[in-house]
Amino acid sequence: MSLISCSGLSLSYDGRRVLSELTFTVERGDYLCIVGENGSGKSTLIKALLGLKTPAAGTIRFGEGLKSSEIGYLPQKTEAQSDFPASVFEVVLSGRLNARRFSPFYSKEDKAEAAEQLARLGIASLRSRSFSELSGGQQQRVLLARALCATKKLILLDEPVAGLDPEVSREFYSIIRSVNAEGITVIMVSHDLVPALHAATAVLRLDGGHCRRYRPEEFLASLAERKEEA
Amino acid sequence: MNALLTSLGEMFSLSFMRCALLAGVLISVCASLLGVTLVLKRYSMIGDGLSHVAFGSLAVATALHTAPLRFSIPIVILAAFLLLRLNEKGKIKGDAITAMISTGALAIGVMAVSLSTGMNIDIYNYMFGSILALTGSDLLLSVALAAVVIPAYLLLGSRIFSVTFDPAFAHATGIRTGLYDTVIAVMTALTIVLGMRLMGTLLISSLIVFPPLTAMRVLRSFRGTVIASALLPVVSFPAGLILSYYRATPPGASVVCVNLLLFLLFCLIGLLVRRRRG
Repeated sequence: MSLISCSGLSLSYDGRRVLSELTFTVERGDYLCIVGENGSGKSTLIKALLGLKTPAAGTIRFGEGLKSSEIGYLPQKTEAQSDFPASVFEVVLSGRLNARRFSPFYSKEDKAEAAEQLARLGIASLRSRSFSELSGGQQQRVLLARALCATKKLILLDEPVAGLDPEVSREFYSIIRSVNAEGITVIMVSHDLVPALHAATAVLRLDGGHCRRYRPEEFLASLAERKEEA
Repeated sequence: MNALLTSLGEMFSLSFMRCALLAGVLISVCASLLGVTLVLKRYSMIGDGLSHVAFGSLAVATALHTAPLRFSIPIVILAAFLLLRLNEKGKIKGDAITAMISTGALAIGVMAVSLSTGMNIDIYNYMFGSILALTGSDLLLSVALAAVVIPAYLLLGSRIFSVTFDPAFAHATGIRTGLYDTVIAVMTALTIVLGMRLMGTLLISSLIVFPPLTAMRVLRSFRGTVIASALLPVVSFPAGLILSYYRATPPGASVVCVNLLLFLLFCLIGLLVRRRRG
């Protein structure tokens, strides 16, 4: 069975239907890029996959024992975090909250896992720094470490490189690629297509409320065609 | 030195002073714990809005000769709920709706008072706070409030962090963010209703905003900020109360002045610490 299967999925935003009749699957190990114009429903689709939005019609089914609370999520940047007193380690540890049912405190394993994810992303030295004092690229790595603490199977990234400079974005994409190579399925919403598609195994394009799935090279070709037409 | 100690001993031999001290410290520790979340979520003005609703409802209760707390607690809880919910979904934006509810409630309270008894000592006390306004049952309620809020904050601390730092992520990992917002709103409402008779309507929200903001000048972790916020009122409230006793100033204003001094002191420390780090 597929990791995620959506069939006949329709979603509304503010009472307006933004996506209708989406049918697609995500397989284990996929690196799926979701692309589309502003307002095409990318973020709405992400919210639905996370279980934060109830479909207006259709179903989302998870296979391989995946639960929606076990998805590692890297949300779009928010303003609120700018002067928040939080250490890097506190932020990463909070990714373990979904694994703890009712216990009020973090266990040794939780802390070990958080430390391991920091090391994996090469930011172990930032552990006790203040999150708000880090650069944009470092902050995104910390949030990715937090997402990886929350999952062993699937991460969802919503515009992870928005506002980062090209060099830092490229580094970030290469981290995501290595995460994917280690067996974690990746679903990513992205604006800048070419670098994002570099490592993708599939592209889901949202347009006019519908979706179409491409192989990356196919998508790039269709992109070139559309440019020529225009 | 000895003379000072004897005089302090005299002060706290008065039972209403001990009562005010204990209730005040407990309420202000609760207020600053809740304040950490409210300040970081940009909800600081909600405390101020709720205190005006508390004033309005207490004034109406006085005019109607009903039990003040039993009347105003449900109203303030309802207002807290409305303010939080409307902030998220409403057509009128957060700060505007808070200002509207707060001035509206103040006006209703003043009208109720003028139409019934006229401005009296109770109303003055509600505005500026009074140590004498505190009763034995208030003390009991304060102990009960602290017995709920402080353990709840400790046990739910990591989840409160997640909900405050990044609600979208918290929600996605299966934390019911709406539930936490509601619990915090209800606890804030209770803290304000109990605290405003001591601190006064005009000053109660200082108990919510000062300690977290003071702690944040120096501390850079959430845990550190929470611990420091909880400890600051243990110093500032007694200091304010002593000041109020010796200079015969209103307790609320005295406590706020001490809080202001602590804030400035922490600003200075923060500046020095950052300069040393480079």
